[in-house]
Amino acid sequence: MTGVRFWREFDTRYRMLASKCPICGFVYFPPRDVCRKCRRASVGRMQRVPLSRRGRVLTHTVVHQAQTGFEDQVPYVLAIVEFEGGVTVVGQVVDCDECDVSIGMEVKPVFRRIREEGDAGVIHYGYKFAPACFPVCATDAPWGAGKGGEGDGGAG
Amino acid sequence: MRDVAIVGAGMTQFGELWERSLQDIGLESGMLALMDAGLETEDIDALFLGNMSAGRFISQEHIGALIADHSGLADRGVPATRVEAGGASGGLALRQGYLAVASGMHDVVMVGGAEKMTDVSDQEAEETTSMAADQEWEVFFGATLASLYALMARRHMHLHGTTPEQLAAVAVKNHAHGAANPKAQFRSKVTIADVLAATRVSEPLGVLDCAPLSDGGAAVVLTTVDRALELGKRPVVVRGSGQASDTLALHDRWDLTVQRATRLASERALKQAGMSLGDVDVAEVNDAFTIAEVIALEDLGLAKAGEGGRCAPEGRTALGGELPVNTSGGLKARGAPPGATGIAQVVELYDQLLGRARGRQVEGARVGLAHNLGGTGATATVHVLEVVR
Repeated sequence: MTGVRFWREFDTRYRMLASKCPICGFVYFPPRDVCRKCRRASVGRMQRVPLSRRGRVLTHTVVHQAQTGFEDQVPYVLAIVEFEGGVTVVGQVVDCDECDVSIGMEVKPVFRRIREEGDAGVIHYGYKFAPACFPVCATDAPWGAGKGGEGDGGAG
Repeated sequence: MRDVAIVGAGMTQFGELWERSLQDIGLESGMLALMDAGLETEDIDALFLGNMSAGRFISQEHIGALIADHSGLADRGVPATRVEAGGASGGLALRQGYLAVASGMHDVVMVGGAEKMTDVSDQEAEETTSMAADQEWEVFFGATLASLYALMARRHMHLHGTTPEQLAAVAVKNHAHGAANPKAQFRSKVTIADVLAATRVSEPLGVLDCAPLSDGGAAVVLTTVDRALELGKRPVVVRGSGQASDTLALHDRWDLTVQRATRLASERALKQAGMSLGDVDVAEVNDAFTIAEVIALEDLGLAKAGEGGRCAPEGRTALGGELPVNTSGGLKARGAPPGATGIAQVVELYDQLLGRARGRQVEGARVGLAHNLGGTGATATVHVLEVVR
């Protein structure tokens, strides 16, 4: 695939920009141009908003048989994460042991390499999810330390 | 709308058919259906073909024309239409054929489904089946079709206490059924222990929780009920045809353990038929993964929400049970060529309703239901068939 296909999605993959319906207030990620609830009334009115950084694992799996470009990552954890406001997103869970991932676990998005298209192809980047009790930047600390889970103490 | 009947059905062997091309498979299934109907090629007014991804599997698009050409339909200029909706391509083709006859546009329609998956590597074939999921927001991040069903399975287990053993029981049942189907890809029985010990694909699903990669074709001939009676056939009437859509991506569903398209397609088909699930004697439902059959049974209404896992272990869905499900072996054992699956389900029901499903006959079966699903549930079709005695 050509690079432009991925370049088009940089705002979403790199900055996790979502869209919000000004009528009902529901937030969509990836962004939608039409609200699923308000439909035509929302056309041309959807607003770009940053996605909440606070998520929770809804369900997870350990992938053993992967697509091309992911073979060197197996086994890896894939999850559906629910963010504040009810937005749900698929992504890998990293920076922890696969056994430690559980439903309800708090996670936050982190910026990572997703896969490479062979030795000469494009390297794709985007978001993955890491345990929220393991902050990588100071802005995560206030809630990461206090509510991030059991015995985390906000360390790391 | 005219009443529409199936008057002939046929299918190829399902499996790894290395010596057969897509046109071979399409032609054989169509000819078997035509012979079964007692009709000639000249009688066919239109062809509808379910095919998911010939472009990826054999680098050939324009499949409608290809199959029409090799079937001897091109010289008469018979309209040929390829229909695609991932694993629901066959069910959708059947619906298009049904609408064509019901509307009065065509009198005799051939509906086929065919897929040739083994001309590419297993890795490429798996990637192609995953294209029925969302490329940009699921597959890009490392999801496969199996992993998305695994996410549903884990959520179902969390919410409802469904166990790996209950999922395994689906595979055990469908393999036992497939053992009695000479056209099935797998005719070997498996045990719960086999399923649980199989190589992991995406936890909690292992290889024996997943339908295989398959080559195969299936076809049925549709016409009006009046014409069927003229032909001296016992018509199997399409009483209801339902189709519904849902979000392409699993994560966009309001409930990860409900395939709403199944519910809606089923409600629509049964309403049209003037029937309820209680009237159904035999069903073919999507079991691309063991969890898929569990969820389908809940959405069809055979089990309450969350209790679908109990059906197979309790024998409710086995031959001789309350509602035998996937007597053909299902996608799991009969095989799962995506474009052909939806038609193969109807071929099985046709045989069941005519009382000719040797070795796996549901005695006295009068009404059958076929449930075909694409991807993680973004497209579903349900057809209700009844034999006229």
